[in-house]
Amino acid sequence: MASTLAEKIIAAHVGREVKPGEIVVTGVDVTALQDGTGPLALQQLEELGMVRAHNPAKTILFIDHAAPSPRKELSNAHMSLRAFAAKTGAVLSEISEGVCHQRLVENFASPGDILIGADSHTCTSGALAAFSTGMGSTDVGIGIATGKTWLKVPETLRVEITGEFGKGVYAKDLILHLIGEIGADGATYMALEFTGPGAKAMTMSERFTLANMAVEAGAKTGLFASDEKTRAWLEEHGRAEDYQELAADEGAEYSRTVTIDASSLEPTVSAPHTVDNTRTVSEAVGTKVDQVFIGTCTNGRIEDLRIAADILRGQERNPSTRLIVTPASRTVYMQAADEGLLKIFAEAGALVTGPGCGACVGVHGGILGDAEVCLATQNRNFQGRMGNAEAFIWLGSPATAAASAITGVITDPREFIK
Amino acid sequence: MILKGRAWKFGDSISTDHIAPGRYFHLRTNLPELAKHVLEDANADFASQMQPGDFVVAGRNFGLGSSREHAPRIIKLAGAGAVMAQSFARIFFRNSINVGLPVLEIDTSGIQQGDELEVDLEAGTVRNVTRDETLTFAPLPPVMVKILSDGGLVDHFKKYGDFNLE
Repeated sequence: MASTLAEKIIAAHVGREVKPGEIVVTGVDVTALQDGTGPLALQQLEELGMVRAHNPAKTILFIDHAAPSPRKELSNAHMSLRAFAAKTGAVLSEISEGVCHQRLVENFASPGDILIGADSHTCTSGALAAFSTGMGSTDVGIGIATGKTWLKVPETLRVEITGEFGKGVYAKDLILHLIGEIGADGATYMALEFTGPGAKAMTMSERFTLANMAVEAGAKTGLFASDEKTRAWLEEHGRAEDYQELAADEGAEYSRTVTIDASSLEPTVSAPHTVDNTRTVSEAVGTKVDQVFIGTCTNGRIEDLRIAADILRGQERNPSTRLIVTPASRTVYMQAADEGLLKIFAEAGALVTGPGCGACVGVHGGILGDAEVCLATQNRNFQGRMGNAEAFIWLGSPATAAASAITGVITDPREFIK
Repeated sequence: MILKGRAWKFGDSISTDHIAPGRYFHLRTNLPELAKHVLEDANADFASQMQPGDFVVAGRNFGLGSSREHAPRIIKLAGAGAVMAQSFARIFFRNSINVGLPVLEIDTSGIQQGDELEVDLEAGTVRNVTRDETLTFAPLPPVMVKILSDGGLVDHFKKYGDFNLE
């Protein structure tokens, strides 16, 4: 039987062919928790008398959502994660290390893996051809202790990408456009599989941006076949031996195929308060912006920072618009420092922060005021997301964000790209 | 088992940020306190005025967003008998089963705020006593029935020491 990528990875784990809709109990290769979901998972394991890690080297506890801790309650929550890591030998990712999904793709996830994480954007590692999905604390806690989980084999929605991006258009514009087309529940319970010449041509960074937002269409994961770019990424992060080539079979059955011609896309934004509330930047131009936030697991990689820095070099933020730049990991931070990007941001009037999730999830480091408007490169703009239900969040690419920081209103980045 | 209560009506796309807002992130290790803010940004009166057994009744894609299991936990802890919606986001749905909160996919369009409802989980029916109507819902997948009837995933593991689903 010809299999989709999701079916193939699950089949390899359970040792037989699988069909969409069937329930399997499967081994998991990587498990991850973060500081928002981790304490509850560990509490469940205590209740079960299962305080252990089946595979400590591939069990990672990330302190990223409240890093460094802004409150004593969170400091205490962090202590529980450190204590579990010390007891079981699980990996602790400290406050300095960065956002879980960026660290997972840099250091832990590999093609063919099944990865479960107690964070919805765990789908990011799908770009490495790993079946990588978000679950709740209890599911992941049990996965940590037993090395197993249950899954419904998903149907797969194929996203066939043709054409090349025009000037000022990026992977973020494509994924916002896709979610606008199919809706925030357009792929509920499904896997997305990104295929076609456009997907093949994408950098790993672009693939991570697409896979990261699969959950914003309701999907379990967002997969890419592995190829030379995947191999190069793993090599670059000292993990060449983790590579294997994986792709769907010819003739695999997809529930649906959506084709996107990248060359037809415009810079795109999501308007408040849902991700599928998309429009082209041209339809939003002039909207006043109080804060611009560049970072997150969606768009906080070195390539994203280069795009933003190219626009911000020699420019200054608008006096009435704050600019926050947050590299996604310590690795990205160091590279951005080496390349002089952090200085460009600082010279443009940005606050450059250490890596973390705080502003995006409304925990600390960029909470909006009543009726304030933020343009952010993150993946979500739900009411209350950035810590204030009275505020308004727009989503866009790093280029759109950088251009808008200069003008103080939502701006087409092509005005600033030579 | 018959669950009885009144409907609290919500719209489409109620996200986990509505249910368990990020600004209360520090209360995630204090669920009774977090539950006082459940759904606060969608209806500021819900947490303080709902009665034990009342139902959350919503539109499409309820629970979209984050994986925070705290969301269904605090709906349950606040005393809600079940959540009914046109459709649910995947992680929220799975989390609800894991924590023992019944989640029903039904056509909620005819239910109004304050309607008196009776849910029969075994029969798969919701009787709207106020409007004298009966709605049916598709049974849960057998795996989820198993976990829910064991009282959630932790109790399933207490009972079997392992997954006992296939």
